[in-house]
Amino acid sequence: MYELQKVDKKFPGVHALKAVDFKVGRGEIVGLVGENGAGKSTLMKVIYGAYQPDGGTISIDGKTMRFQNPRQAMEHGIGMVFQEQSLIANLTVMENIFLGFEKQFVRFGVINWKAMAAAARHQLAKVKLDIEPSTITAKLSFAQRQLVELAKVLTLEERIDGDLVILLDEPTSVLAREEVQLLFKLVRDLTTRASFVFVSHRMEEVLELCDRVYVMKDGAVVDVVAQNQADIDAIQHKMVGREVDKRYYREHKQKPYDADKVLVSMQQASIERKYHDISFDLHPGEVLCLVGTEGSGREAILRTIVGLERPSAGRLAIKGQRLSRFSARQAVAKGVGYTPRERKIEGIVGGMTVFENMTLSQLHNYARFGVLRVGDEKRLAREWIERLAIKTPSEMKDCGGLSGGNQQKVVLAKWRSGGSDIMLLDHPTRGLDIGAKEDVYEMIRDMSDAGVGIVLVADTLEESIGLAHTIIVLKDGVAQKRFDCTPDSKPSLYDLVHHMI
Amino acid sequence: MKALLSRDSLLKWAPVLVLLVLMLTFPIFEMLNDLARGKEHLYLLDSRFLSVRNFARIAIAAAPALMVALGVTFIIIMGSIDLSMEGTVSVSAVSFAYAFIALGGTLASWAWLAMPLALVVGAAIGMLNGLVHVKLKIPSFMASLAMGFVGTGFALLLTGGERVRVDDPIFRSLLTVRWFNFPIMIYVAGAFLLLMWFVQTRTTLGRNFYAVGGGEELAAASGLNVSRVRILGFTLAGVCYAMGGLLAVGKIGIAETVTGANFMFVSITAVVVGGTALWGGIGGVFNTLIGVLIVFVINNGMVVIGLPSYIQSAVLGALVILAVVLSTDRKAISFVK
Repeated sequence: MYELQKVDKKFPGVHALKAVDFKVGRGEIVGLVGENGAGKSTLMKVIYGAYQPDGGTISIDGKTMRFQNPRQAMEHGIGMVFQEQSLIANLTVMENIFLGFEKQFVRFGVINWKAMAAAARHQLAKVKLDIEPSTITAKLSFAQRQLVELAKVLTLEERIDGDLVILLDEPTSVLAREEVQLLFKLVRDLTTRASFVFVSHRMEEVLELCDRVYVMKDGAVVDVVAQNQADIDAIQHKMVGREVDKRYYREHKQKPYDADKVLVSMQQASIERKYHDISFDLHPGEVLCLVGTEGSGREAILRTIVGLERPSAGRLAIKGQRLSRFSARQAVAKGVGYTPRERKIEGIVGGMTVFENMTLSQLHNYARFGVLRVGDEKRLAREWIERLAIKTPSEMKDCGGLSGGNQQKVVLAKWRSGGSDIMLLDHPTRGLDIGAKEDVYEMIRDMSDAGVGIVLVADTLEESIGLAHTIIVLKDGVAQKRFDCTPDSKPSLYDLVHHMI
Repeated sequence: MKALLSRDSLLKWAPVLVLLVLMLTFPIFEMLNDLARGKEHLYLLDSRFLSVRNFARIAIAAAPALMVALGVTFIIIMGSIDLSMEGTVSVSAVSFAYAFIALGGTLASWAWLAMPLALVVGAAIGMLNGLVHVKLKIPSFMASLAMGFVGTGFALLLTGGERVRVDDPIFRSLLTVRWFNFPIMIYVAGAFLLLMWFVQTRTTLGRNFYAVGGGEELAAASGLNVSRVRILGFTLAGVCYAMGGLLAVGKIGIAETVTGANFMFVSITAVVVGGTALWGGIGGVFNTLIGVLIVFVINNGMVVIGLPSYIQSAVLGALVILAVVLSTDRKAISFVK
């Protein structure tokens, strides 16, 4: 009854959806799986009206629709259950449930709270949640919030006459096993009234709940399998299957690392809700890749090494010295360099020039009694602009005006010129074009040759496999498997995916 | 040519343009006034507004405010706000006056020590302000507003509402002795401006202000001690406010509780009108100089053409909104709190 035909969506530099056909029948539960970046979230956003497709049609019961915004989609019975973050924590449960639709309870500009509470109680009963509607949302557990989210979407039942399509985005990621079972039972019960689209990284759950599963890869639907014919292995193969060019990732330049020395040693470290019992050693010249889905703990581990997060248990030693206090200042002084994922926000300071960005982490090397030697700073910047072939008219240019690849080079130059020999790279190639990516790969190999230890969270699995000496696969914050990779014996994509989801 | 007319360069030079336009506009009103009264008036040449005498008057009025505005410039570049200037100016002015009189009452004695003492008092209040903001994690606007009230109250406590006269002729030569038509205090203010420019462009601290304002997360991840930068920023601002207090006393020869009055609106208006962005990272001391001049040219020009002062406030208020509107890229911001 709900159908997408040949839906296309392009963003600058990315073809996010390629002629996607997608169908949801009445009372059906449809699963949607794919790697990070395969196009799942773009597709979801098209369905609930946050994005407008560039091509193709959306139809409900054969009638073509076009939604300008999520509210219009809601008016046609399409609701999205976000992960628990979308509730406003300082409002009450009932205010959250009816946020934006309070009008039904308003008389002469005044809200009838009793009526709203009664209506909210009715919605909460649908999801079998027994709480006072006037509870402040922040006091609920994660599982309860997830159910409130669902209750909020179910208000569509009263408002809309036709069928409902409800999207569930990773609803189980914060739930315990019993809670997941409760949710699934609820969803099955609700199929009398609504259809569901279920997105999850947990393959077993998808197969348990869904009637049909759409498999996406690189913005296209590569397969649709029915529940009774589904096979986890086959689906995982479909999600990843592609050829890799070894030279692209400079695998011929990969040299063995120095296993005798240890730069970073993490032992049995944990942070509640983020990762658990993680241990590894990073050696000079080693590229260690952390592989996992979004939220598997990769970023938190990087942020712990750079001192932005503090582990609740376990030990972390940098260059043989155990850390007790965690601060970025201390980590940077010990030679840690960090290139965060959001380059625009956390990588470079827009508005500051190229040379100012490069010396930001090492100003004390260029100052005497607080007075800067600007001439020396510029000299350093010119040297690195040449070394890394950074395309900028001069070192005086505003760094915010450079292309993404060149900004990334500035960030790397910042750390390398300051003598950092432990590099933490979070999605260093995100948003870069192919040429710029290759430059980054080249730089990673050069750094390895120079004895730098690198912890990498790569943009794709191929990238991880291509670049890594060591791969640690994480799932829900727990290390699943460790792979040692020499150029001739790298694990396959399938090996990794198998442990990821 | 195209680069000259781009939005960016236009924004960069807009404050200067506004200043020039204002300076050419007031003489037009003057001319019309005179012609209406049947007096002869040649545009620009006969202008009372565009005269060296009047410029000196503007400069004298603007000098203390410039000092204060320089201080708050750095705070705004960091993305914070400081509203403690009125209290700080009063306290340092009053402490200066008392110390000056107690130590001999003339610059030719040890009483000169009262000047560095006033700066130290300003620095101490600023540092306390910064410590409260950073260590107790109170938003800067609230911490500094409260500190400002404490300062004003403390100044009242010191003076008991009395005015303290400082009439040492050597100290008053700040105003009375003129070099090339401008009193010494203008040169002092100019020297201080250059010093702050040095801080802005040539010191670690100045660079760090921009880093904190442009990306605090990043500054922290780059190993900067952001708390320290903030506290030092407020301390430096306190020194600037004390400097403003000294010049204010030099200007009228009196220190009292209300010495600091009005500095808050004028200084923040000046910084914003000068083109320093409220969300941090962009701007500088020369922007503030232009901003201060715009504010005082408007004040002075309106007096010259005979408009009442309440219109001046309205015009300045409108100017602030206009300046923020012009400098905000609304496409990049979806919600403003």
